[in-house]
Amino acid sequence: MKRASQATETSQIGRSVPRLESWLKVTGRAEYVHNLRLPGMLYGKIFRSTVAHGRIRRIDTSAARAQPGVHSVVTAAEVKTVVPDPYYGPAFHDQPVLALDKVRYVGEPVAVVLASDPHVAEEAVHLITAEYDELPAVYDEVEAVSSKAIVHDALKPAGTFPDLKHLKGVKNTNVALDFRLRRGDSTKAMASAARIFEHRFRTQQVMHTPLEPLVSVAECTEDSLTIHTASQSPSFVRIEIARLLGWPENRVRVRVPFLGGGFGAKLYIKLEALVAVLSLLVKRPVKVSLSMEEQFFTITKHASTFRIKSGLSRDGRVVARECEVWWNGGAYADIGPRVTQKSGFTAPGPYDVQDVAIDSYAMYTNLPPAGALRGFGIPQLVWAYESHTDMIAREMGIDPVEFRRKNLLREGRPQATGTVMRDAAIEKVLERAAELIDWGKPFDRGSGTRRRGRGIAIGFKACIANTTSLAAVQINADGSCTVYISTVDMGQGSDTAMAQIAAEVLRLPTEAVTVVHSDTDVTPFDMATLGSRSLFHTGNAVKLAAEDARAQLDALRQQLGLPPDAAIADIFKKKYGMRAGSVTGVGNFIPPYTPPDENGQSDNATPFWMIGATGVEVAVDTETGRVRVERLVNVADVGTPINPRIVETQLSGASIMQLGFTLFEKMLFDGEGQLRNASLAEYKIPGLLDLPPEIVNEAVVAEQRTGPFGAKGVGETATFGVSPAIANAVHDAIGVRLTELPLNPEALWQALQQR
Amino acid sequence: MRRAVHFTLNGERVEAQVAPHESLVEVLREEFGLFGARESCGQGLCGCCTVLVDGVAVSGCLYLATLVEGAQVETVERSATLDEVQEAFIERSAFQCGFCTPGFVLMTRQLLAENPDPSEAEIRHYLSGNLCRCAAYPEIIEAVKLAAKKRQRS
Repeated sequence: MKRASQATETSQIGRSVPRLESWLKVTGRAEYVHNLRLPGMLYGKIFRSTVAHGRIRRIDTSAARAQPGVHSVVTAAEVKTVVPDPYYGPAFHDQPVLALDKVRYVGEPVAVVLASDPHVAEEAVHLITAEYDELPAVYDEVEAVSSKAIVHDALKPAGTFPDLKHLKGVKNTNVALDFRLRRGDSTKAMASAARIFEHRFRTQQVMHTPLEPLVSVAECTEDSLTIHTASQSPSFVRIEIARLLGWPENRVRVRVPFLGGGFGAKLYIKLEALVAVLSLLVKRPVKVSLSMEEQFFTITKHASTFRIKSGLSRDGRVVARECEVWWNGGAYADIGPRVTQKSGFTAPGPYDVQDVAIDSYAMYTNLPPAGALRGFGIPQLVWAYESHTDMIAREMGIDPVEFRRKNLLREGRPQATGTVMRDAAIEKVLERAAELIDWGKPFDRGSGTRRRGRGIAIGFKACIANTTSLAAVQINADGSCTVYISTVDMGQGSDTAMAQIAAEVLRLPTEAVTVVHSDTDVTPFDMATLGSRSLFHTGNAVKLAAEDARAQLDALRQQLGLPPDAAIADIFKKKYGMRAGSVTGVGNFIPPYTPPDENGQSDNATPFWMIGATGVEVAVDTETGRVRVERLVNVADVGTPINPRIVETQLSGASIMQLGFTLFEKMLFDGEGQLRNASLAEYKIPGLLDLPPEIVNEAVVAEQRTGPFGAKGVGETATFGVSPAIANAVHDAIGVRLTELPLNPEALWQALQQR
Repeated sequence: MRRAVHFTLNGERVEAQVAPHESLVEVLREEFGLFGARESCGQGLCGCCTVLVDGVAVSGCLYLATLVEGAQVETVERSATLDEVQEAFIERSAFQCGFCTPGFVLMTRQLLAENPDPSEAEIRHYLSGNLCRCAAYPEIIEAVKLAAKKRQRS
């Protein structure tokens, strides 16, 4: 990674420590829930809906029950004996443990077969039949606004979010949230603008495809429940399961080892409520592991439509911007309403615009549910506003980078919410991306049917607020250190980064620190591992906890008459007369936050900003419509990199993932809402042959002053600019503008024919 | 229905009672507690379930366990001592979540056995049947190059 050294670096911070779990991972011995087997365990296999929208008339499970080796078959009727109101969700209590009365998308879980042999369970699933009274269905997020097909009879907000309260009990709508932001008077400003530009963009539905598919195991006693789950949000799982069962939280234990990838798929409740109910019904451990195919029916990324309109002054300044965004949330809201608001307020982009209007709608449709996927809605928004930005610049005859410079949101200026930008290296990130892609310098533009072009794009994201992380740091009698957190290491390297932070405070080598994986009976609360929040939030909590432990040790040294540099082991030895005892420091971190008013205005909308820019050079084959990215430049403001090597792999990995979402990944549905490509055979994800020949990653010199040792999150940043940078480069190469993802050969070839 | 299958697993002669429909990866997991080869896509397309049978990489999720009668079967768990490939994967940070890593390690061993000094293009093509959703691909290429160097030195 290209990077200048920073003043904030110290002995453990800025050190590329190899991941603490390296040995476990290269020898195949890392613990995943995927591996877990418990004595007497039953496997659950799911029977799924074949219609997109319908009332359940009848489910016939008799043949499945009669199959030798089948333990039992469970439908919503049995679920209700354990949980009378079996609806869950982080924003809305809208999703049933198993379909109840209605099905709302093809692939929705309707019944489960339990057996000791998973093959028996799977075979028996094929013996179940269900009859439905089909209802009209809606699939498109814009049509859903006015459609007669209504996915939910009444809206059921969870009650934890004030901005959803007005939706309680509302009928005859598919709008799960209508977020609104008004700053200044965009109508008036638009009327006085010299030129108006309006475009409409779309993104497609895609899926996370973690290679460890979703999996959960539950085991119970009469009055306690343990859930082993591949989850990014163990604390939420405990709260939500306790709520569903009406139990105190201390009787629900949620354990999470390593995850085989997450990317937002493994958040909130996925299989946890199902395995909990199944285990309580049959009084045996139950495991449900999804196949790769089934993951496509479980959680996806929002398809979206974005109408963006800008008023420009004669000299190329954006004076007004109006954004209307429709998010296709599928049949259940999941975290969609938060995507709609928390990302929605950045829809005008990292530009200084006085008069802004944003309307962002979370829509229900009859498709598999959509939630968070590496960027929490931001890549969809940047796709639109950065394509739009290039289109305006080129139309006005201004160099696209120069146009951005002219309009950039600079340090100290208010963003659309009114929150003043701090520690957001927008300008630096844009300049470095332009420099690294050799913007403005001549290059081989190709000839004949093979043309080349360059493109650039910049995006930003507000970290979700307000959220809490707690940590405990224990100093053992020999001076070694154990960190207790509920942050989940799903591959982003959080264990290592947290160990580095604790080690730095305690003046230990990172390798002397171990991190206990989340276990809600042991590790303290953490909101969730999502949205690039952990390094900042849990990192700050770990730092506070380590400082607390250090202060306690210092006090002990003083009490015991030891010199200030006395070894930790000597403190305990003197105090207890032997190797015994421990000291535990605690840290509780919640950054300040001001909720938005009715116009979306807030003087403190986010604890920090993530900034990412992408520069690309592409080659386009005009005969086939195929786009090859030949050079890919990722530049980010990550504050101080705690572990530069891990930061680089996060930037690189995120950009390659987004490359798949840009060039080929797409869930294809037929007219009945049936997914046609639910497998890696027909849904291709990037492999080694899709890799651009040249990838450059750079973290600009920056500091997040409120972050632990100047750091901020990085997991999503390099996704932001990839899609529009490529579309802009394709336009630069062949003069064709695509406004819908993916930019696959078919789409480009068709656009070329229409030219 | 089950019948005894005899084979050599990571250098040790073993026997397992195997049903005709059971895959090699299932038998390794259920009978021997080996989890390094793991089913992900279930279609032989991602490489997470890679196992070496008589020195040749197979997709353990599709390979019927009864077919290993008399064969030499090797998984990533063969040795707890790191070889040059595993060392190189650590030194070049060539993994994130680690779920696909055993498959990449085994394929890299097979590549380097066939071609001790592969070019970058050869590495990309040889390993293109292994997927990494974390996309640690640039680091994997670096690791394979480093492993090749380490093996040449030793």
